[in-house]
Parts: sequence; structure tokens; C-alpha cells
Amino acid sequence: MHERVEIRLSGSGGQGLILAGIILAEAAILDGKNAVQSQSYGPEARGGASRAEVIISNINIDYPKVSNPDVLLALTEEAMLKYKYDLQQKGLLIIDSGIEKPEDSYKILQVPILETAKNQVGKIIVANILALGVLTMATGIVSKESIEKAVLERVPKRTKELNKKALYEGFKLGKTQ
Amino acid sequence: MRKELQKYFRNDKLPHIWCPGCGHGIITGAVVRAIDNLKLNQSKVCIVSGIGCSSRAPGYMNFNTLHTTHGRALAFATGIKMANPDLKILVLTGDGDCSAIGGNHFIHAARRNIDITTIVFNNSIYGMTGGQYSPMTPKAAFATTAPYGNIDRNFDLCKLAQSAGATYVARGTVFHVPQLIKLIEKALKHKGFSLLDVVDICPTYFGRRNKMSSPIAMMNKIREMSVTVRSASKMSEEELSGKIVIGEFHEERVPEYTEEYAKVIEKAQGGN
Amino acid sequence: MSKKIILMQGNEACVEGALAAGMRFFAGYPITPSTEIAEISAEKLPKLGGKFIQMEDEIASMGAIIGASLTGFKSMTATSGPGFSLKQENIGFACLAEIPCVVVNVQRGGPSTGLPTLPAQGDVMQTRWGTHGDHPIIVISPSSVREVYDMTIRAFNLSEKYRVPCILLMDEVVAHMREKVELPEQSSIDIINRKYLNPSMSVYKPYMDYDGDGIPPMMNFGDGLPYHVTGLIHDISGFPSTNADVSKDLLNRLMSKIYNNLDDILEYENIYTEDAETVIVSFGSTARSVHRAVYLLRQEGFKVGMLRLKTIWPFAHKAIKKLKQTPVRNLLVAEMNFGQLLETVKASAEGAFRTYGLNKYNGELITPQEVINKVREVAKHA
Repeated sequence: MHERVEIRLSGSGGQGLILAGIILAEAAILDGKNAVQSQSYGPEARGGASRAEVIISNINIDYPKVSNPDVLLALTEEAMLKYKYDLQQKGLLIIDSGIEKPEDSYKILQVPILETAKNQVGKIIVANILALGVLTMATGIVSKESIEKAVLERVPKRTKELNKKALYEGFKLGKTQ
Repeated sequence: MRKELQKYFRNDKLPHIWCPGCGHGIITGAVVRAIDNLKLNQSKVCIVSGIGCSSRAPGYMNFNTLHTTHGRALAFATGIKMANPDLKILVLTGDGDCSAIGGNHFIHAARRNIDITTIVFNNSIYGMTGGQYSPMTPKAAFATTAPYGNIDRNFDLCKLAQSAGATYVARGTVFHVPQLIKLIEKALKHKGFSLLDVVDICPTYFGRRNKMSSPIAMMNKIREMSVTVRSASKMSEEELSGKIVIGEFHEERVPEYTEEYAKVIEKAQGGN
Repeated sequence: MSKKIILMQGNEACVEGALAAGMRFFAGYPITPSTEIAEISAEKLPKLGGKFIQMEDEIASMGAIIGASLTGFKSMTATSGPGFSLKQENIGFACLAEIPCVVVNVQRGGPSTGLPTLPAQGDVMQTRWGTHGDHPIIVISPSSVREVYDMTIRAFNLSEKYRVPCILLMDEVVAHMREKVELPEQSSIDIINRKYLNPSMSVYKPYMDYDGDGIPPMMNFGDGLPYHVTGLIHDISGFPSTNADVSKDLLNRLMSKIYNNLDDILEYENIYTEDAETVIVSFGSTARSVHRAVYLLRQEGFKVGMLRLKTIWPFAHKAIKKLKQTPVRNLLVAEMNFGQLLETVKASAEGAFRTYGLNKYNGELITPQEVINKVREVAKHA
């Protein structure tokens, strides 16, 4: 992998993207890599567009902020429009099917994250975990084994099965592309 | 001073800094007598004060004594009591120290019902800085910062303490010393936050500004104006105007804060 | 042997470090971006039989930890700019009465309410001179989550050893980021406890320099002889004095117990400074950006290095002095403020270097690119 990969996970407040960022960073650590996770605080974190950022690297991570993301995940159009400004030209934009596809030169992966979470898995609340499945398969930044382990260690016991299902649906969506 | 009381004083630190006629020595003496009557373990008593004339009292008293910053005695005392609930904690404070700059700490210590006995040396004036009005200075009284008469309304500290949650509330005076000693004993025995408002005299600053420079005249005034809680209950608001109501206002059994925290520890450890 | 490797937030590492150092009392008041320290302390302390209390304000929190420390509890409070301002009077009390305690200040944008959720390093001077009067103080500043853990332990050790408040000066970036850490085994951690005097002695003078090291041994309230503690200038028995010699001797001792032990207290890190023409001085999260910039500039052949201050106060004049024996010509001080540390660096440089400031105060971390641009600009001047 690259020396340093920057990932930004975005959506609206309450979609669980900060938890997703933490899990992604933990998966990277399980893979033996370094990881730094940060997020926006305050009014911005309460509603509207919210984001979590993760940097994954094989070597020591000094500058802890994302400056040119390699990957941007957006679950809402507002978040995509707000946060794609510094996505690398060769970067990957993962967006939900409900978002109008932008006229950009990035590689764009558009998949029905929210719809699948709601209808296939049965709970829209696990869209964040499903999105991690998509991201894992589409990028290979972390291993499937590690992301699964990280998810199961973080989520409440009674929701483990549900989240596992969501993650696997995400793997499927990420692989079809 | 009775010989058996001498061990409670740091005799080498005397004489004290208080002016002739000041009532602070009377309260200090009453505190020591109450401690002696209750046979409290001297090395387990901790006396905390803030800033002002009254807050110098602990320096003369042979206990674990802490002379803190202005108004903050109760904050420091709360830390001591939380950390070591075995210590018996007294806070000696003045009317300005307690009810102005320390007002927030006062209501919150009362609200928590932490086992601290607060004794207010209430002489209605800032003595250390030379006679400015405090939140306990009566309306229309004179002070260096109220040269035309005080327009501020004054606190009734007992009412304030009770509504904030104090579980023992009483008022005594420097004239009624045997009663004062009894009230301090009651306050010390009470498990929870106890407040004793002690009506005190400052002939130097309050008296002189208010045409009562003689300590005797000030003492006489306390005697004349004092009515017991029981008598007061039969008096009209008009009759009570200017009177000093003395005695016990409130006493209740409510879980004490450090005992409640001990349960938190139990819960936290049981949950492991 | 190491504990398992985990992802941990800076504020969480602060509590873990404090607990490892022996913290058993925390008093605080909620304020962004330090609040997690109070929350995690509230959860973890009672499990260890320790005590947590949320006070009515930051003034009271500072008073409470001093009170608790007097009973022998290692005590800490945590806050941010506005709360740190409120704590100042009682910090001064702890300095003068020599009560060990740790104060965490997670810096956010100021002045006043400022930028509550965004990083800054604008409290550099306040940590040194926030309380009135001449006073001793130790301030240390971490750059990573692991270092937050280590430095919180160190803050307790320094505070206990020298009987002085120790300020852990963090910033929002270091406090809120989560990072991979590998925490050491408790048994491998060096813990320093305050000196105690035998409580069975017949006379205790709480401020007597019994050991000749400028640090009087302590005794807990309730453990032995009664004694007096005051915020007034006091003699060796602890009682107020206005005697000129007593005042002078006390202040001299308070200062010298710190300044006679600089080798122990000062910590800093030199990276590529031996052959550097330009050295960038920084601390906290800014040092991470500087590190990145130095790495990238070195790849381009720039002779650039960095000096990272871990101890902010007392200032590491010896680190600047050592640079005078190297080819360094330019000192660039990078900090998220208007140049608070720059002034001290300039004074320390005594004209031996050209000094420049890289200052940012808009609520954003200085970026590596900004450091690179500034170094190029400085190189042009040279």
C-alpha cells in the first residue's frame, strides 16, 4: 500500500460515521498498520454534514489531519458537496445511490448503501457498517478479517448479528463494481 | 482561658490580630469549647478558612488548619472531606467571604449535603479591608463604600442555606455564648452540611460608622434585638423588623455526600 | 512485555496515564475540549477506590484538588482556556503553599470563549505567568497520544517530586485524535511519590528544608501533628510573616528548587539539527506538522531540522545554547498563536540566529505545506 492513505467518511450527524471511522482505524491496527482518527466537534458534529477522518499508514503518522483524501465516502449529497473539495484527482468517491452523481473526474462508486441497509439488512442505522464493507472491498485498505473483528468488538453484543449482516452486504456491494 | 483548653491554641501565635472589642475571639473560644465538650480527636479535626479577619482564626488554633483564598474555603474543604471522610471539617468564614465571593461554593456545598460545619463570623462588614459593605450589611447602614447609606438588600444566610439544601441551620450571637457553644456542638454532631450564622460585632468599622463605637453598646443591641425562633413564630412581620432571630431553624436527616459516594465506589467495583 | 495495542484518544490516554501514576482524586467542571477527561475519570476512579467530583466551577475544582492533595491523594483537574483563567488564583496558592497537583489545560482558540472546538496554542504565556506574583511552575506539552500518557505520568512525578503544580499543556488536536498506542506494563513505569516526614516526630515545621534540597517533606492532614497551611508568605513553621528576609528566602527557595534541577526537568528532542541551517522550534500538535515538513524538505535536500520542546516552562535555554555550536543560522518558531514562544526564543538566541515566526491563529492546525513554504522563504532571505 501507499505510505499514507487518507480516508474521509461523511454524512449527516447521527449516521454513525465517527464510530465507522474508529472501527476503520482499529481494523488497520489489527492489520499491523498505524492509524490516526479525528473528527469534527461542536455544532458541526450535531447535525447537518458531519465527518470522520482516518489516516492509515505502514510507517509513523506525523501530520494527523487529512489534507487530500484518497477516499471520500458520502452518505448524503450535502456531505458530498461539502467535503469533496480536496479529494485527490485520482481519488475514489463512494456515494450512496440517492445522491446525484457529480460531473467530476474522480473514480466514482455509486451503490445503494442506505437502501440496502434499510431493506436487505432491515435497519437503516447499520448503514455506517455496511458502508465500511463497501469501502473495504472497493479499496483493500484493510483486510476483511480485520474489519469484521473490529466491527464485532465495537458494536453492542445484541446487535452483533445485525452488524455482521450489514458488513457482508457491504462486501457484496463493494465487490460488484 | 481554662488550662485544659490551652492545647487547642497555638499560644506562641497569640496575641491575635483582632481589634479590641471584636467578637471573633468569642466565636473562636466557643468553637474550641464545643470541640472540647465533644472530645473530638484533635489530630483528625481540620479547620479551613478563606480570607478576612475571621479567616485568621484557624492560624491560632492547634488543628490541621488551612487558610485558603478569598471565598474558596468550602471548595478546598470539599476536596479534603471527599478524599478523607474520616476528618472532621470546619469552615470558619466571614459574611463577605461566605456570602459574596464564596456564595456559589456555599450554596453548592449545602446542596450536596457534604459533612462540613460552616461557622460564619457575621459582623456585617468587610473588616480586613477597612469597612466596606457586605451582602450581610443591613439596608441603610453606613460603610466606607456606602457613605450615603447602603441601598443593597441583605441576605438572610439561614434562609439561603436552608433553601440551598443545608440540613442543619441555626443562628447564634456573640452575646449568647452558652447557647452558641451548644449550637456549635449540635452543628458538629450533625451528619451533613451544617450552617451556623453567628451575629458578631465589629466596633472598629461597623460600629464607628454607625454611631455604635462602643463594643458594650453593640453587645447590648444584640441582646435587645434578639428573639428566639419560638417567640419569633408568634410575631408579625412588622414586629420582627430589625430583630435577630436566634436558635435552630432547620434540621433533617438526608444522605450525606461522602457516604453517597462510598456507594458509588461500591457500585463501580461491583460492576467489574 | 507490552499491553495490547489499541486505538486511543488523547484525553483517554491522559486519564490512563494519571491512573497509572497513582491519581486517586479528580475534581473538574465540563469544558470543551477537555470534557472527556472528567467523564472517563468519573467512570474509572471509583473502580479503583478513588474519588471524582464535579464541582460548581473551575475555581472550586482547583480548590478541591489542593484540599485532596493535602490528605495525600494524588490529584488532578482538567480544563481549557476560560476555565484555566478561572483556576489561576488557586494555582498560585498551590505554587506558594507547595501542594503537588496536576492541571491539564487542553488549549482551544481564544481569547474569551473564542473557538471552543478548535485547536490553538495561545496559552503558552498564561501557563507561565497566569497567576499573579513570581512563582515556580512546570509546564510540559505532548505531541502524540502515547506521549499524553507518558507525560501525564511525568506531570505527577514532577509535581510530587518538586511540590509544585505541573501543567500538562495539551491542544485540541492531541486531545481529540485517536491514535494507535502501545501502553507499557504498570510494573515498568517509574512512579515518584512526595517525600514524607516521619509522623511520629514531636515538632513538624512544614516548610523546613530538612534535606537541604529545597523541597520540604510533607505530612498528610490527619496523619500526625497538626500544622498550618496558608497562601500568605510564611516562615518555615508555615505561619504568616512579613519579615523581609523570610519573604526573600521563601521566594528564593521556591524558584531554586526548580532552577537548580533543570537537567531533570527539561526535556526536548532534536531531529536533524546537527547539520541544519534552519531549525524549526515547535511543540504539541504543531510539531507533528513540522516533522512532516522536515521529512519532505530533507528529501529535497534542504538542510532543515527541528527542535521539539517537551518541557515548555522552565524554558530550555540550554537547547538553544547548544544550537549555537552547530551551523544553524535560522530559527523558525512554529506555533498556533501570535508568537508567544518566539519572544522567549529570541531572547534566548541573543542575536546568534535570525529568528522568524510561523504563526497561525484561525482555529486550524499549521499544515506541513505552510511550514515548507515558510522555510523556503526564510532560505531566500539567508
